[in-house]
This record gives sequence, structure tokens and C-alpha cells, in this order.
Amino acid sequence: MTNAALPIKAPGAPVARPVRRFGLAWLGMVPFLLFAFLFLVAPTVFLVGGSLQNAKGTFTLENFANLFTPQIMQTYENSLEISIVTAVIGGIFGLLLAYAVISGGLPGILRSALMTFSGVASNFAGVPLAFAFIYTIGRAGLFTVFLKSVGIDLYNSNGFSIYSKIGLEVVYLYFQFPLMVLIIAPAIDGLKKDWREAAENMGASSFQYWRRIALPILMPSLLGTMILLFGNAFGAQATAYALTGGFIDIVTIAISRQMRGDVLFNPNQGYALAMGMVIIMAISIAGYSLLQRRSERWLK
Amino acid sequence: MGRPNPAITGTAIEGELGPGPHGPGAVPSNSARRSRRSRYAGRIFWWLIFLIGFLYFFLPLYGTLDFSLKSKPFGSAYTAILSDSGFVSSLGYSFVAGILTIIISILIIVPTAFWVRLKYPQLRPFIEFITLLPFVIPPVILVYGLLNTYNGKSLLPLGDSDTGLNVLLVAAYVVLSFPYMYRAVDTGLRAIDIQSLTEASQSLGAGWGRILWQVILPNLRTSLLSGAFLSLAIVVGEFTIATFMSRPAFAPYLNIVGDSKPYEQAALALVSFGITWLAMILIAVIGRNSRSQIKVTLG
Repeated sequence: MTNAALPIKAPGAPVARPVRRFGLAWLGMVPFLLFAFLFLVAPTVFLVGGSLQNAKGTFTLENFANLFTPQIMQTYENSLEISIVTAVIGGIFGLLLAYAVISGGLPGILRSALMTFSGVASNFAGVPLAFAFIYTIGRAGLFTVFLKSVGIDLYNSNGFSIYSKIGLEVVYLYFQFPLMVLIIAPAIDGLKKDWREAAENMGASSFQYWRRIALPILMPSLLGTMILLFGNAFGAQATAYALTGGFIDIVTIAISRQMRGDVLFNPNQGYALAMGMVIIMAISIAGYSLLQRRSERWLK
Repeated sequence: MGRPNPAITGTAIEGELGPGPHGPGAVPSNSARRSRRSRYAGRIFWWLIFLIGFLYFFLPLYGTLDFSLKSKPFGSAYTAILSDSGFVSSLGYSFVAGILTIIISILIIVPTAFWVRLKYPQLRPFIEFITLLPFVIPPVILVYGLLNTYNGKSLLPLGDSDTGLNVLLVAAYVVLSFPYMYRAVDTGLRAIDIQSLTEASQSLGAGWGRILWQVILPNLRTSLLSGAFLSLAIVVGEFTIATFMSRPAFAPYLNIVGDSKPYEQAALALVSFGITWLAMILIAVIGRNSRSQIKVTLG
């Protein structure tokens, strides 16, 4: 398709002037740009436009103002909470796990095993993940039953439910910390052994090494990746939908309800709901790329 | 009396200090012992972390396996899915969608990444920005926008027919593949000397189509394959877009099959995991072989 679109055909190219005959060669980029416009930019512009109109098609900021009702704010708060909690916990645990296999003195084979597994698990979101957790820590799940047999009733004493916010967080962590492992591993590789040895020779304890050297160097990548994890959880819909059957109050599910036609408010309100989400995602991705650039200074 | 004493004490002190904390040989041995002990404690700590991660990784998989094997007779959930026409057709549908996605994605991204590297490096931030947009616009919003933009009232009413929706679905998947595919291709292009390859091909009389198809593409084989497998894994597991476009894809099927066949659903969840796993292993294998291949092509 694209090759056919490339207009330049050189019959017997003269050796003397090789890289000049392509005034029209940039046409090779047109399919991509056209595609991106049609199926990525246009739909987004449509949502932006719709969110700034009322039902009659006149310009208004009302839809955005209406986002600040208690009900919608609660929806956003739930999404933010789940995303922040899983980003921080997933980030810290992912860092520890990555460090364990890279510099923790564990057998080298565990490292490649963990990396492959992280590739799988970070992509294992959605329906099968939700079910896997229902079979495991659902009301009649394997682990729930096991805990009951040793005297711990997960569901009665603690008010735990896999269909609740905490449940969703436990499930989200399954793809959150593998993503952390994948992204932070190169940064940990960048921590030079000399730095640790130098610190130890000067009498630094393990804690001091972490506090004064490793963490400050890792901090930009650590924060950046956590922001990425935040966005990852914030935009997730399938897992929550499959887990709760669409009965949990988070933004992606609210948008799904809007699409399904369980109309709680008008469509323009729905577009504003979506735009609010895009804005939060945009801020987080911008923060990520900013921190990513900073971390490249040390880690090469 | 006072004379020999300092000498004696001196030697005594020296003798005592010899192995003590200020002696030259003692410092490393002492701190080495301490750090060896702390390293030993550290290793136990890291093993513990690994164990927790391992359990958290595998318990849900084991739970799923355990549940799927509860069907009677033993293993019948797995034999049932093979004869389940819904499974075969939905997985087939998703695979076809995935392969179309990969082909289109490669066809539009390779020339773009090639031109950006060769001629328009100043466009790079812009193109990269576009390829990262799918991270900002999650699937649920993308499908929301697409269905409203191309509904029955629009100039291009793709949302009105099954064929149109199939087109729209693959288009959305191509968009989802942008970040992965562009990165894979761009990394691949960095590893080969496209300037020289292009000039050499041109001086031999090759046109642009030929250069891309016969010179650049074969050299990108490994990066394209890893981008392709990743895209395939994403498409086969994708739920949100397929559901809202009412397409008969694998993940939506997996979501509803449990109402009537709970054990099959567990078996299917494991199959789905296996597909992702296979894709990732293939990527790893390709990545491992890639270095030698690139060396060979560079001569």
C-alpha cells in the first residue's frame, strides 16, 4: 500500500547525484499522518468540540463546570486513589524486585525469567486477569478457601471484597509492578558498581548508600515511571469492567456507562468527562517525559 | 626507671594497636567482615522480595488452573474449548484483526520512521508526539471518540455497518500499536547505517519503493517481529474497543462465556495467558538472535 504510494521510481540512477532526486519523497509520510489524523486526532477533536458545546450546539464551558458536582468528583477521586496507590506500591515493589534480581546476588537465571515474565504480566490486563483473581481471592477462590482453613476469614472480618476499591488495587498491581520492573531495570543497570564500592570504602552503610547515592540517582526514573504507572491504572477499563461487571465508580467505567446509553447526563457532559480524563493523562505523560529526560543525565 | 617504661608501653601499645582498628591491615578485614555479614542479610532480604513477587505472580495462575480442572470429567474444560465454535471463531477473528493491524502498522510506520531518520530529523519530536498520543488517549476514550465521529450522521459512516466497524476496529488497533511499533522500528533504524544503505542502493539504481522493500525492511526484520508480536498480544487480549464496537473478538467472548460455562472460562483465561506468554518468549528469542544478524548485515 505504502510502497505503491511512493511516487519516485528511478530508472538507472546516475551515480553522481545520489540523494537529490526526491522532491516528492516525503509523500511516504502521508499515509501515516493521514491515518493518525483520521483515527486519532479527529476523534479527539470531536470530543473536545463536543465537550465545549451544549445540546443546541452553542459554545459553553458549562459541561466542565458540571464536572465539579460531588458525584462526578467522587468518581474522579476513586480513579485517582486507585491509580496513586497502585503506582506507589507497584513502583516501590517493582524497584525492589528489579534490584533483587539485578544486584541482590540472586542467580542470574532469575533475572531473565523475571524480565520475560514481566513482559507477559504487564500485558496481561483485562478480562483474563480479572477472572484469574476471582478464582484466587474471590469469595470462593482458592486462596480465600486456604486462608479460611487456617482460620483467616478474608471476607468477613476485614470487609475485604475483590469487587471493591481494594480488590481492584490488588488486581491492578499484577500489571503495575511488572511494568515498573521492565522500565526501571535499565536504570538499575546504570548504577555503577564503583559507586557502591567507593561508598563502602569510605565506610558507608547499606542504608547510607541507598539514601545518599542510589536513590537520588534513581529518583527521576523512579518518579517518572511511577507517573507512567499512574496513567496506566487511570486509563484501565477492561480489568475493572470484567471484575465488577461495570459496577464500580471510576472514570473509565462512568464513560463506558455513558457509551452504553445508561444516560445519567447529556452526551456533551460525557465528552467533558472524557476530556477531564485526557487532561489528567496528558499532564502525567508530560511529567513522565520530563523526568525521563532528567534521568538520562546520569544513566547512560 | 622512667626510660624503659615508655619504650615498653610503646611496644605494648603498638602490639595492641597492630590488629586494632587503626592498624593498616585491620581496617579492610574488619569492615569486610561486617559488610559480608550485611550482604548475607541483604541476600536473604532480596530472596524474600523475590519470593513474594513469585507467589503473587503465580497464585492467580494456579488458582485459575485449579478452577479449570474442577470440571468433570478431569480436563473436560480443555477438550470442550477445542470443540467450542465460539472460541475458535472469536480467536480467529482476533488473530485476523491482529495480523491486519501489524501489516498496516508496518506499512505506514516504516516509511515514516525512515524519512524522519534520513531527511527530516527536525520532524522527529512531532512524529514521536503523535505515536505517544495513544498513551494519553486510553482505549475507552478512543472508541468513544471514534464511534461518535464516524456515526451514521457523519461523512464517513463507518459505525453503521459490520464492515465499517471491522475497518474502524483495525484502525483503532493500528493506533494502539503506534507507540510500540514506532519505537521498535526507530530502534532498528538506529542500529543500521541507513544513510549508506540508501546511497548504495540509489547508486545501484534502486527507486524508493525498492529501497524500502528490499533493503530497509529486511534489515529491520528483528525489530519488526518484536513490534509485531507485541501488537498481536495486545490485539488478541483487547476488550474495551471490541466490546463497544460489538465485534465478535476473543476478549469479549471470554467475558461472556462464563455465564454458561464457568470452567471453560477459566481454561480460556489460561489459554489467553499462554498466547501472551508465547508472544513475549518469541520477542525474547528474536532479540537474542538479533545482534548477530545485524552484525552480519553490516558486514
